[in-house]
Amino acid sequence: MVPDILVWISLAAFLGGIGWKVWGWFKGSLRREGGWGRLGAALRGIYGTILSRKVLVLLKALLLDVVLQLRTYREDRYRWLMHLLLYWGFGLLIITHALGKVLIEGYVSTAMPFLFLRDLFGAMALVGASMAAGRRLRGIPRFRSAPMDVYAIVVVALILLSGFLLKGVRITSYRAYLGMVSEYAALSEEEGRALEAYWVRNFGLVSPNIREVPEELVSEGAEVHEFSCASCHASPRWAFLSYGISKAVRPLARPLDRFGVPGGLRWFHVLLCLFALAILPFTKFFHLISVPLSLLLNAVIDPRRSSPLNLETKRMVELDACVHCGTCTAKCAVSATTEVIPNRAILPSEKIPSLKTLASGKPLGDEGLREILEGVYLCTNCLRCTVSCPSGIDLQELWFEAREALLQRGLVDPVLLTPFSFYRGLRREDVGEGYQRPILSLRERISRAFGPPVEPLSIGPPEVLDLSSDAQTFRVCFSCQTCTNVCPVVSQYERPKEVLGLLPHQIMRACALGLREMALGAPMLWMCLTCYQCQELCPQGVNVTDVLIELRGLMVKALKEGRDEVRPVSGM
Amino acid sequence: MKYALFLGCNIPARLPEYETSARLLLQRLGIELQDIAEFGCCGYPLRSIDPKAFLLLSGRNLALAEREGLEILVLCQCCYGTLRKAKGILDEDLDRRGEVNRILQKEGLIYTGVARVKHLLQVLYGEVGLEAIKGEVSRGLEGLCVATHYGCHALRPSPLMQLDDPSDPRILEDLIAATGARAIAGQKRLDCCGAPLLGVDDELSMGMLRRKVEDSLKAGAEVLCVACPYCQLQFEKMQPKALGEEVLPAVLISQLVGLALGLSPGDLGIKGERLRAFC
Repeated sequence: MVPDILVWISLAAFLGGIGWKVWGWFKGSLRREGGWGRLGAALRGIYGTILSRKVLVLLKALLLDVVLQLRTYREDRYRWLMHLLLYWGFGLLIITHALGKVLIEGYVSTAMPFLFLRDLFGAMALVGASMAAGRRLRGIPRFRSAPMDVYAIVVVALILLSGFLLKGVRITSYRAYLGMVSEYAALSEEEGRALEAYWVRNFGLVSPNIREVPEELVSEGAEVHEFSCASCHASPRWAFLSYGISKAVRPLARPLDRFGVPGGLRWFHVLLCLFALAILPFTKFFHLISVPLSLLLNAVIDPRRSSPLNLETKRMVELDACVHCGTCTAKCAVSATTEVIPNRAILPSEKIPSLKTLASGKPLGDEGLREILEGVYLCTNCLRCTVSCPSGIDLQELWFEAREALLQRGLVDPVLLTPFSFYRGLRREDVGEGYQRPILSLRERISRAFGPPVEPLSIGPPEVLDLSSDAQTFRVCFSCQTCTNVCPVVSQYERPKEVLGLLPHQIMRACALGLREMALGAPMLWMCLTCYQCQELCPQGVNVTDVLIELRGLMVKALKEGRDEVRPVSGM
Repeated sequence: MKYALFLGCNIPARLPEYETSARLLLQRLGIELQDIAEFGCCGYPLRSIDPKAFLLLSGRNLALAEREGLEILVLCQCCYGTLRKAKGILDEDLDRRGEVNRILQKEGLIYTGVARVKHLLQVLYGEVGLEAIKGEVSRGLEGLCVATHYGCHALRPSPLMQLDDPSDPRILEDLIAATGARAIAGQKRLDCCGAPLLGVDDELSMGMLRRKVEDSLKAGAEVLCVACPYCQLQFEKMQPKALGEEVLPAVLISQLVGLALGLSPGDLGIKGERLRAFC
């Protein structure tokens, strides 16, 4: 009834979309060149894996991670049950219902076991979809579902509900009954009445002709049914959910039938399914393909030994494998910072869209670049996102690669001068050439932003520096220089002032004199180890280290506010 | 006594042996631990960026421990220093506490000032006690010369940290002596390892590391005993880069005491030839 052309159109959109996405995996890149070379490397990698013992690892991952989804099970049982119901329910529904005629010999949708299985699998998927909606409604702190998350659940739910409703209404439909009788049975008038009576009694049919069902007619009808219909029609009670719906719509069955509702529902149901197929590659539904692939790739790809080209391709697949489930954000060690630092890109789940844009080579805009750089940098690299991701995405590595990609483009963020850089330092070999460049350019920026002191110095009240009461202790400094004398950083240099700009006691003085620019521009600030030797030994009780740390915060803030400065130096 | 174990970010990701050895050791010594899955970053790296963010993250962890009615047991000096610093601020400055609590209440949390923060060293020294540890030693580490590295943020600022005498701390030395090993003191015993500047100024950071290692070697140390993941990572991963090779292996206090108590070296994650001699 649905024209074949629609099926072909949606199939073409589906296949074309997948081709486009797959090419995107080879073309997209964060740090390495994309293109045919990557495709070649991938083919070599696949060939090498299939012909090696790694194929066993692959099979194991297929069973544990893809089929049984144990990664999700370990993190969250509710979500595991929800997803398994959806995944298996919908998957089996596609095999035993949507593609039944194509895949199964002797398939008849109204015969057993298909009649029962369709409702069973449909019900499984429906429970899963309701659990998914419930999970989204309950919410995760600081995580917000995107429109796509809602659409995906709505589309799946509409497909399932329209299918159940369709079957329920069809059970009662007299029109459908007459259609079948004229097509499949050549009956006398008497046999016809008997069969109708039998179907009204046993098959939930709502007939305009029969109110009371005479017993003897039913038993006559049973014979006709056995002869003409039974081979294709099991009792509709097997379709337990649809049968229940048919009972509920019985009072309305006649008008529904007259207005052609069963036919309309069928159109709706089939068109929606074709629509979902057509948009699959372009929406969240694509995770049906990308997530299993991501899980399998991560099972066999070794970050230290695999070709860098294949690692880059794997990352592109991973970007497509994010389903925005929010698990990473729920686990993220620093997600609470978004309560005071208004940047959603700090949340791991919210970094992915920007990274996708970045990888595809589309522009992100100045503000977008600033946010994503801060987002990937304000990360303690605690690995929790990677460990918990149900899609098996190595998220931390994605942040690492994105961070380097952004830094090598000439973007910098003052956050580089904080302990957030510890991880980058540990991995300086992986960063390779250009490791120092962002740090040097940031130093340059600081000296440009705060400049050499302009004579005459404009001395102001110490209030020009917004420091906490802890740090206000600088006011009692009498420049005894104990802090400077015990500072292990100062003692590393022969001419410390040339490197550090101001020595610790001089910074305390600069604060007291309200010399804001001078204090914030001193390299001493970000070269402080925060070892607290100075503070410990200060005879005046000045919290020297706390002052330095707070000044560093002011310096970072001041640099961030000079937004124009955040623009890349060249080549963007 | 039962504690909420606070692992921070570095240990699970890069130093799992600190977690496993600490758990094994504490279990052996009868200290019960509870995990709080919602614990997040202590706030340490945020101190240099945004004081509000640092206080919020620290306060959140303190409030989580309060919710469970437990004291926090910390393995990392920087987490320890940061949590105690935040506690100091939040206990004194009620305006800032209110600000933090206003945000925390969205998660159903509140900090009232009850939470306490202890370091592993304090629990070993103060609660378990040296005598009890000595009594448990089954594999004495006699003959081993150990330099100590406290980790700055656990010692200083001393009014807030209250771990030990900041100018002459003994906890590590006494714990090492309890294992039968000999504690060695170099001139730069209390200096920083350089980790806070790794990635910011590597030359300076590795200079600190080099001086520290050379000083300990000069004093006759065979291993360096550490009680902080930042310091341990700095000594372990950066020594080859700063000195060409790992000349002074670093060992965590939980590994060293665990070894003396006869725990399995494999489970403790013991590395390095000098310590293997005792396995």
